[in-house]
Amino acid sequence: MSALLEVQQLEAFYGRTKALHGVSFSMARGGITTILGANGAGKTTTLRAISRMVRTTGSIRFEDEPLERKATEDVVQLGIAHAPEGRGTFVHLTVEENLRLGAWGRRERGSMSDDFERVFGYFPVLRERRRQAAGTLSGGEQQMLAVARALMLRPRLLLLDEPSLGLAPLVVREIFRILRTINQTGVSILLVEQNAALALDLADHVFLLETGRVVMEGPSDVLRRDDAIRRAYLGY
Amino acid sequence: MDIFIQQVISGLATGGIYASLALALVMIYQATDVVNFAQGELAMFATYICWTFLNAGFPYWVAFLSTLAIAFVGGVVIERVLIRPVENAPILTIVMVTLGLLVICNSVAGWIWTYVQKPFPSPFPERPFRAGNIVLGAHDIGEIQVTLLVLLCIYLFFRFTPLGLAMRAAAHNPVSSRLVGIRVGWMLALGWGLAAVFGAVAGMMVAPVLTLEPNLMGGVQIYAFAAATLGGFTSPGGAVLGGFIVGVVENLVGTYVHFIGTELKFTVALAMIIVVLLVRPTGLFGSTIVKRV
Repeated sequence: MSALLEVQQLEAFYGRTKALHGVSFSMARGGITTILGANGAGKTTTLRAISRMVRTTGSIRFEDEPLERKATEDVVQLGIAHAPEGRGTFVHLTVEENLRLGAWGRRERGSMSDDFERVFGYFPVLRERRRQAAGTLSGGEQQMLAVARALMLRPRLLLLDEPSLGLAPLVVREIFRILRTINQTGVSILLVEQNAALALDLADHVFLLETGRVVMEGPSDVLRRDDAIRRAYLGY
Repeated sequence: MDIFIQQVISGLATGGIYASLALALVMIYQATDVVNFAQGELAMFATYICWTFLNAGFPYWVAFLSTLAIAFVGGVVIERVLIRPVENAPILTIVMVTLGLLVICNSVAGWIWTYVQKPFPSPFPERPFRAGNIVLGAHDIGEIQVTLLVLLCIYLFFRFTPLGLAMRAAAHNPVSSRLVGIRVGWMLALGWGLAAVFGAVAGMMVAPVLTLEPNLMGGVQIYAFAAATLGGFTSPGGAVLGGFIVGVVENLVGTYVHFIGTELKFTVALAMIIVVLLVRPTGLFGSTIVKRV
């Protein structure tokens, strides 16, 4: 069986600045993969490259379909949902409108009521707030909304950029618990995190990024025991 | 008192025209951060197209609706062909493009249809309405109805349709919009198309009053600017209300403040712009824009 996502020799550019220097990795279907690394290592850029929001060279294939020449909107249509850095909330719109927009790029149209029920099942607080302007939600609620909005696409691959950023530990634990449930329904997840301990617990496979290159990879329970990783990213 | 009511209602009628054009300005401003200085001239051009249809013998409402369709397509094409290539250029570049468009529309209209004033028909009956001592022009009443109908349609469109929702999303947050699969470029083009439609309505409603000539919308555009500034360039509802307020104030000042009369009415609009910008730059309903630099 071929990989779900196959990235080879990926280089990314912001103007003339190179942010990725030949990143290669592949992701199996149905798993949770995490990309770890320090600030500025290129984690967010990697996700932005997959969603075609940054200029790149190299190859990116999703289910054997090359993405390099596609526009962001077309990548979404393939079933890749991206909950971006900063959560990307439509702050002027209501929670419900945010969710409706999440389903915009879906190939099959049809009723959204099942999808609403599903995401409200994961995040009951969003049901209570559905008529509220999304900008009035707390940080944790906005992160839940970002995940819920991505799920409205009925994605096959979910790209998550630092879902733990700036949130209370209790909220983070709740979100990560739900991410596992979502994964069990068949959605593959590519997670970018600075919180290595959390990410290693959730993911089954890990890539370690340093200054735009993959420097280490492996199953998460192996990497968790690696001394260098432990000292640099887990702090014990 | 009768004169007062009469002046208020006819102020609402012209105010509706300012409101339509102000709404067009605000829609484009919200989506692209640019004031389209050519909005009025596009409206004038559309009005000439309607005039051409009428001259060819089409019934009024057929000509009216065909003009709206052409204005819509024209607005979309202008965005795609002229604005798209400079989308990421500095604001001043885009402003220059719209100013160029203004001059081009004006000259081409003069070249095709000459600068001679042309009478433009009103679709409403000649006979005025009477209620006691109050006499109301039928065109004024009709104009108010048409404006309100257009505003209602656009409200329903943006509030209740998926496409309207996507257009609002694209205007407020283009990056997130792309990430949910919305084609932001096309949403902006649709916005230009709709704005051109509002402008065309304003042009066709004001032409019977002012008579049609290439400078038809010059003054109206200044009033629309005043309306949008007053209501707030970031608030569509505010711009509409601003349009009605400007229309009424303009009329009342012209009637009751004798040294202003009809000659200095125009100054009132400019004074309003300046006062609003000094006292409350965001307008009555606008929100302060916070930008990270």
